[in-house]
Amino acid sequence: MDVLERIQKQVDENPIVLYMKGTPQMPSCGFSSRTAQALQGCGVEFAYVNVLADPEVFENLPRFADWPTFPQVYINGELIGGCDITLELFQKGELQKMTKEAATGKENAEQG
Amino acid sequence: MGPIQQKITRKLEQQIAPEYLEVINESDMHNVPEGSESHFKISIVSDEFTGKALLAQHRMINAILKEELDKDIHALALHTYTPQQWQDINGVSPESPPCLGGSAK
Repeated sequence: MDVLERIQKQVDENPIVLYMKGTPQMPSCGFSSRTAQALQGCGVEFAYVNVLADPEVFENLPRFADWPTFPQVYINGELIGGCDITLELFQKGELQKMTKEAATGKENAEQG
Repeated sequence: MGPIQQKITRKLEQQIAPEYLEVINESDMHNVPEGSESHFKISIVSDEFTGKALLAQHRMINAILKEELDKDIHALALHTYTPQQWQDINGVSPESPPCLGGSAK
C-alpha cells in the first residue's frame, strides 16, 4: 500500500490519532510529550503512531496534510494541529469536547 | 542574532506586519552544537489573524517560512495571537518544552 494511503487509513479508522516522536509512555521529544499528555488529560482513548519507528511515515506525513512538523493530531480524519494548537485547545477546554465527540461518534457508528 | 533568525524576523515583518514579534533561538535548550539555529520559538501578534482559525494562522506562518522549515528549522514553537488575545493574556506566551533527546527533524 502506498504510504499516503496507509496514513489515510490510519486517520480514517481511528477517531483520534497522534503522530509523535516516541510513545506516550516514552516520548522522545518535548513537544510530542506535551501533546500526548494533553490527549491523555482528555480521558479518551487515542491511537498513536511513533514516527521514529516508521521512517516512511516520518518522511511523508508532512506532505499528507501540508504540515511541516511533528507531532500532528488528527480528529475524525482532520488535522487539528501540532503541539501549540493542541495545548491551546486543551487549555480552552475545546480539545476535551472534540475528543469526547469523536470517541462517542465512533461508538454510535459501531452500534448503528 | 544569527542569519536564520534574522531571515525569519525579516520575512515575518515584511509579510505579516506584526504588532508584536519575538523570534527566540532556543537551540541551546537542545542537543545540538553550540551556535546552532535549529530550534525557534515565535510569538507573533497581528490583526491579520483576526477571524482565522488557529490552524489557518499557523498555516500562514508555515507558508511564509516554508524554505526555512524545509532546510534549517528542526523545531518551531509557534504562538499566534490577535491583538485582543494578546491583551487578554497580558503579553506572555507559553514556555517551550524541554528537550527529550529525539533524533533529527
